Amino acid sequence: MSSPETLFRLSALNTAYAATIDADRLEDWPGFFTEDCLYKITTDENHRRGQLAGIVYADSRGMLEDRVAALRRANIFERQCYRHIVGMPSILAEDAGNIRAEAPFLVIRTMRTGEMSLFAAGRYLDHIRVMPDGGLRFAERLAICDSPRFDTLLAIPL
Amino acid sequence: MDAPIPNSAGEKHWAPNRWPEGITRVPFWLYQDAEILRAEQRKIYEGPVWHFLCLEVDIENQGDYRTTFLGKMPVIVVRGEDGAIHGFENRCAHRGALIALDDTGNAKDFTCAYHAWRYDLEGNLCSIAFQRGVNGQGGMPPEFDMRAHGPRKLRTDSIGGLVFGTLDPAAPTLEEFLSPEIAAKIRRVFNRKLEVIGRFTQFLPNNWKMYAENVRDTYHASLLHLFFTTFKITRFDQAGGVTISPDGAHHASATIGKGIETKSVYKDQGIRSDSEDFKLRDDRFLASKAEFGDDIQLQNVALFPVTMLQQLYNSIAVRQTVPRGVDGMDLNWIFLGFADDTPEMRKMRLRQANLAGPAGYVSMEDGCIGGFVQRGAAAAPDEIAIVEMGGYEAASQNTRATEASVRGFWKNYRRLMGI
Repeated sequence: MSSPETLFRLSALNTAYAATIDADRLEDWPGFFTEDCLYKITTDENHRRGQLAGIVYADSRGMLEDRVAALRRANIFERQCYRHIVGMPSILAEDAGNIRAEAPFLVIRTMRTGEMSLFAAGRYLDHIRVMPDGGLRFAERLAICDSPRFDTLLAIPL
Repeated sequence: MDAPIPNSAGEKHWAPNRWPEGITRVPFWLYQDAEILRAEQRKIYEGPVWHFLCLEVDIENQGDYRTTFLGKMPVIVVRGEDGAIHGFENRCAHRGALIALDDTGNAKDFTCAYHAWRYDLEGNLCSIAFQRGVNGQGGMPPEFDMRAHGPRKLRTDSIGGLVFGTLDPAAPTLEEFLSPEIAAKIRRVFNRKLEVIGRFTQFLPNNWKMYAENVRDTYHASLLHLFFTTFKITRFDQAGGVTISPDGAHHASATIGKGIETKSVYKDQGIRSDSEDFKLRDDRFLASKAEFGDDIQLQNVALFPVTMLQQLYNSIAVRQTVPRGVDGMDLNWIFLGFADDTPEMRKMRLRQANLAGPAGYVSMEDGCIGGFVQRGAAAAPDEIAIVEMGGYEAASQNTRATEASVRGFWKNYRRLMGI
């Protein structure tokens, strides 16, 4: 896979990923990941210091499905939605079946009251696997937030 | 904001007569009044109370420091040349600027960026730039005594690797402040060398006292946080209760049992039936291991005013509260492991961190619930909240369907605030 094509495909992947969350199609969100994935939301400081905990830490697709089930059925929070703006990815490394890439993101949160805020800014640090059918899945997606501070709570994934 | 109402003595002051006697009623103006917040800073955050500052492992070597807060007062905590831990206000004696500008670091001494006044690791002013002037012109008067000027100093002490500080020389010792009962609960968990595995801050849109109440409120846990019940997670909890320090200030709640049944249906997902629809697909994050030599699965220690020490299975965390105005606060989460963790135990802690924190399955609601109170009671400063579950006292009880610990908070709050 040539780099311009990879770049195009990654951009399309990120766009589809963001649209899935922003359009509240959360049941489709785990499908972007491999079965044995790692998805984590952390901060730049934790990442730099090698502090491995995340506020969300899922090391299987099943755990992502459980996240969605919990926020649909169990967790209580005020109605809100996100708008992701994901920038052009940088390809860090690429071989036959794996791509390592990074992409900056902004997430604007709109509350039911109409209050809008810049909820998160950061970067996705990704390990993307090329599946046998040629499709792309996240084997690892770290959402690394620039700020250590999260407003109120985080229910919907980044 | 209400205009201050004259009290019975006719003083323009927040008025004691607007708060009924006792500890079962709480008027909402307490969460709304800027003058109250200023008094809390003086009487509680700078008063005869010990506040969590940092971890011993944050500042292991000489010159290692962390910056933190006592309420809104910025503080530097540093390992001195003598190996002792020193704490002092992060405020230059000259013009009041912050002395240290980062969360953590290592320093030989501290020099204020503004005019280069310099402090040693104990917070003593030790040099003034151009003190003697330049070419005999300017400079400080010869009688200026550096020893008489400096940032306010804290007393510091530690328990279980947690560093506490107080500004009040008249405060009891840390051990006396905590009480033997509560100190034992802390040592039960914080019994060996700690290691930080993550730090996060959660901004809560509510007055800090609502969180002080929330962490003592064992009544809400199974009503607001529906994660366990929704997913029919079997918790073999046989007993539990609340230990309250004799003065009512601190609280430790415990849930005793044999842990959680973790029978992952993940592997069988291909044959999921409808009745399994409310089961978790991969519940490995609920796997836990007894590590404190007993069957206590959950232990939450709430220290006055509002430091929270969490043992949720193997998820260990310190939660520090920093007020940000009358209607906001930062909750600083420090997720911890122990230095002797096996890789398996560490992985367990990383997975269990999903339970608590800003996105925690059983804690995220605490992020918004205080804001619902702040907004719900916005126009009701003279209306009251009711704190009467489990009676009128603030003593230990063998049930979690009680607000005894919340009353304990108010008992000590009234005493310290003098209202």
